[in-house]
Amino acid sequence: MPNETSKRADVAPEPEKRRRPVLVQVEEPNLVTERDMGKMPVLQAQHLGIDFGGLTAVDDFNIAMGPTEIAGLIGPNGAGKTTIFNLLTNVYQPTRGTVLIDGYDTAGKSVVQVNKMGIARTFQNIRLFSQMTVEENVLVGFTNSMSSHLVTDIFRLPGHWRQEAEFHEKAQELLGIFDMQGLSDERAGNLPYGAQRRLEILRALATHPKVLLLDEPAAGMNPNETEELMDNIRKIRDDLHIAILLIEHDMSLVMGICEVVGVLDYGKIIAKGSPEDIQNDPRVIEAYLGKQGVK
Amino acid sequence: MTVLAQLLNGLQLGSVYALIALGYTMVYGIILLLNFAHGDIIMVGAYISWIALAQLGLHPIVAAILAVAGCTLLGVLIDKVAYAPLRNAPRLSILITAIGVSYFLENGAQLVFGADAKVVPAFTDITTIQVGDVTLYFTAILTIAVTAVSTIVLNLLVQKTKLGKAMRAVSEDMGAARLMGINVNNTISFTFAVGSALAGIGAVLYSMAYTQATPTMGIMLGTKAFVAAVLGGIGSIPGAVIGGLLVGMAEVLVSALGFPVWKDAVVYLLLIIVLIFRPTGILGRTMNEKV
Repeated sequence: MPNETSKRADVAPEPEKRRRPVLVQVEEPNLVTERDMGKMPVLQAQHLGIDFGGLTAVDDFNIAMGPTEIAGLIGPNGAGKTTIFNLLTNVYQPTRGTVLIDGYDTAGKSVVQVNKMGIARTFQNIRLFSQMTVEENVLVGFTNSMSSHLVTDIFRLPGHWRQEAEFHEKAQELLGIFDMQGLSDERAGNLPYGAQRRLEILRALATHPKVLLLDEPAAGMNPNETEELMDNIRKIRDDLHIAILLIEHDMSLVMGICEVVGVLDYGKIIAKGSPEDIQNDPRVIEAYLGKQGVK
Repeated sequence: MTVLAQLLNGLQLGSVYALIALGYTMVYGIILLLNFAHGDIIMVGAYISWIALAQLGLHPIVAAILAVAGCTLLGVLIDKVAYAPLRNAPRLSILITAIGVSYFLENGAQLVFGADAKVVPAFTDITTIQVGDVTLYFTAILTIAVTAVSTIVLNLLVQKTKLGKAMRAVSEDMGAARLMGINVNNTISFTFAVGSALAGIGAVLYSMAYTQATPTMGIMLGTKAFVAAVLGGIGSIPGAVIGGLLVGMAEVLVSALGFPVWKDAVVYLLLIIVLIFRPTGILGRTMNEKV
């Protein structure tokens, strides 16, 4: 939509003209943790908003995530959390505001291009390729890093074998994060629920993201599985050095691993800060429990 | 002997249906479109064979390559011009467009080539081959062999290559595939290319056996192949092959038993019976409606 691009041009220069990443001055850089101080945020959004017809679903959403930060987004159902994920990945075109991944503006880019720029996500309702095997699901994520020649692929020439072996190894390595190598040839749709959720994270990681978006990763998990998932999310951050933004209703997970938490209500961020601050913030209690809970 | 000959006849006709049915099933599998123009691509392939052989006097192998290449390009062109702009439109719009493209091709061919049938010259002088004391028709053997090889190559393509994985991913969940970095439009174009290439191969093999090109030849061929795809379970690649062979065998069997007028009726009856007991076709999987 050319209209949107021009509207956003006052925030950042035209993406085509720009070769080097540009750091937009973010008014509230409070989401950058101490560890990432001085580094350029890997994901920035400024004054991000979208209207559906007359309804404002998200308004004035700002974020600046450090390269190895784990942040959480919470809020009542329908607050606009998943809409924000769709805006960050360009599935929805924002009505207002800018998104920068690693300093580059995503305006006017396709979903595929935005994925290549370094953002990947999982889904609230699992959306694996259920007819494909576990390893194939991961291999699909590798698509953009594979060079392939159709003819050698079909006739299985040495180049194809070499690449297949290489990516098989990479896929196994990735599956190793969650000890899933043994399930390689299992059909994804036949996996137990928890394993499907883990596989979805691995499939997203296969696209080499700089920022991983997790949409309710602990949904449907029991407390033990959630505990394990928390360790694994930390492990992914530590091993792969990526930023993770997650939406979650499970407060033990959010308060346990997120370094920064944003609370969303009616499409607006109503509070932002460390997990402790958020738990005691009267506006948050109001959003969840209603006005009487506060006064 | 006659049993063997009829069996080969059935396999030959069935192979052509199977090649065409594969195109229907692949396109349906990826964008849920019943591509009604698919049968007419075969008609175009037959006319290309006629031009190359009868008008230009080219070598049969060159003619065959031209026909397959022409069909492939036509398939991709139809997708880019007619279907791609409607990617996000309701499914009915694109279905009606497919019918429109079909009429366009049929009437276009009639305008350019006239309504009378053109005779496609023989691709080869070899009519029969002798295996021991059995005489076999060369075109029948060639058709069956080419279909078998095409099916194997297609299977490798879909199962083992990066593009094949992308095709399967897009057919399961277009949105998720896009978010995993798959270029959905290219993948769809590629699917049209493969389906139309198979139709081109079908066109050459059909012209070899039936030696006629008419503007409306795609209608009946397309309908039969569509029946074959539905019979086998639309969206399923092995299903299309099984369906094609079944329809071909059924037609030849009915004709051989002395009721050639009934062969179309029997094919549709077969379809009805299969759909009563297996509404998604022989190898079709039950569709879960996406919420």
